[in-house]
Amino acid sequence: MSAAPAAPPAASASIPVPGGPIFELKSLASRIVTLCWVEVCKVRHDRSELYTRAIQPALWLLIYGETFTRIHAIPTPHGIPYLAYLAPGIIGQSALFVAIFYGIQIIWERDAGVLTKLMVTPTPRSALITGKAFAAGLRSVIQAAVVVVLAAILGVSLTDNPLKLIATAFIVVLGSAFFSCLSMTIAGLALRRDRLMGIGQAITMPLFFSSSALYPVKVMPGWLQVLTKFNPLSYEVDALRGLLIGTPADMTLDVIVLVCVTVAGIGAAAALLPRLAKG
Amino acid sequence: MTVLAPDGGTAAPPGPMAAVSCEQITYTFGTHTAVDHVDLRIEPGETFGLLGPNGAGKTTTIRMLVTLLKPVDGRITVFGVNTATQPMLVRRMIGYVPQLLSADGTLTGWENVQLFARLFDVPRKQRAGRVDGALAAMGLTDAAHRRAATYSGGMIRRLELAQALVNAPRLLVLDEPTVGLDPIARTDVWDYITKLRDEFGMTVLMTTHYMDEADAYCDQLALMHLGHIRATGTPADLKAALGEHVTLDEVFRHYTGGTLDESGEKGGIRNVRRTRSTARRLG
Repeated sequence: MSAAPAAPPAASASIPVPGGPIFELKSLASRIVTLCWVEVCKVRHDRSELYTRAIQPALWLLIYGETFTRIHAIPTPHGIPYLAYLAPGIIGQSALFVAIFYGIQIIWERDAGVLTKLMVTPTPRSALITGKAFAAGLRSVIQAAVVVVLAAILGVSLTDNPLKLIATAFIVVLGSAFFSCLSMTIAGLALRRDRLMGIGQAITMPLFFSSSALYPVKVMPGWLQVLTKFNPLSYEVDALRGLLIGTPADMTLDVIVLVCVTVAGIGAAAALLPRLAKG
Repeated sequence: MTVLAPDGGTAAPPGPMAAVSCEQITYTFGTHTAVDHVDLRIEPGETFGLLGPNGAGKTTTIRMLVTLLKPVDGRITVFGVNTATQPMLVRRMIGYVPQLLSADGTLTGWENVQLFARLFDVPRKQRAGRVDGALAAMGLTDAAHRRAATYSGGMIRRLELAQALVNAPRLLVLDEPTVGLDPIARTDVWDYITKLRDEFGMTVLMTTHYMDEADAYCDQLALMHLGHIRATGTPADLKAALGEHVTLDEVFRHYTGGTLDESGEKGGIRNVRRTRSTARRLG
């Protein structure tokens, strides 16, 4: 048996613990940067997911986009080529698909004990969820960049204005942050990966088809037009089209809706995090 | 800016400040009482072992102590700070290694430790030095830039200790730190834990099923069963109380009714599954 040592040097207790709203904000920003840094490290170590996830948007643009461009079945505003009209929708869809299964990652982290350990750091639940939501957003931006390159290869003329491209990244981050929070909220309710997979698959396509990603809202039946107004993906795609191909967009409304649903999503996912950790 | 301070509650324990003080803590899962009015006191610098069969309430006690669960009754303080009212301050004083292997295999060892340095707000200028120092203390400098998925079980446990160490905690909480490890890796991990305690004077709280480890490394023990503390004392005192030439295994059987799992606690099956999962990941 070891002898009891002298009193500890009180290393951590002697550290002044800052407080106040400025510290809280700095702390939140630091957590977001940290969890985004982790995401970048993961992508750097294993790029295979980037390539495999590029297949589906490529097929949508190459097969669906090219075909519907030829048959002129979908009327686009101001006679914009359908492929150009479709590209921002596919960016939104691609980001949705990345984010909607993000809850699986948090369940995996729960099962592996990583989540428990993260929750024992001085990180508020909401900061943890916000960090993870922005990390999902960052991954979606990387995915969106792949779609932009693919669209350029297919001859689609998207904006080259750097400010608009930065704003595009911001919208993609916001949209993905919301959908990843939705996924983490469902994870907090479903608690198991297989259940979350099922729910994710059940809601992904309805979210996609009930948005304006593939076709303008005015060609939809009346009941679907109503649903579109409640679908955050529609607001994301509207903003992306306004920024990338210059279609008329209510940018203020789009951003307000995306910010509000993201904040609500963070609140819901953070509230369910202790349940998820216990489950 | 506030400075870490004792919480000054009315029910402060007598004498010098304890590293951990649990007063009548209780936790229930539905109708099942997992921890039932438990009192516990751990002195600074001690290595304290919490022993008991599966479902005894050890992990629930640990999870309350590290602020993952709020006691439904009672009060816990860590170096005088109340875990229920000031959880963020308590977390800054704790290094926690859960039962599951919790290092992220998709990151390198260096990145795993760096993540925790950032989450514990280690100042940027000190961060690289602290990360390198923690890895060096655990003998992982050469493997620092390999992905954790390529580490052996013992190395992963040492990496987790490095993660727990990076914020210079006053209290190291280890939930079955050597479960699933082979005897050589177990000894290796304990050598590092002992080194940490001796060099930094940390208080160590651990749970284990291995009586030989508890006997060799713990200053004080508490035997827990069905949510209650059945006995506390030094390993020598606990053995002496039952007669000459008594082993700690016999002490354990005496206080727990000779069974390894009879509680039927909600977490019982989950505990076994978790242990097996850890053992499987360790190969």
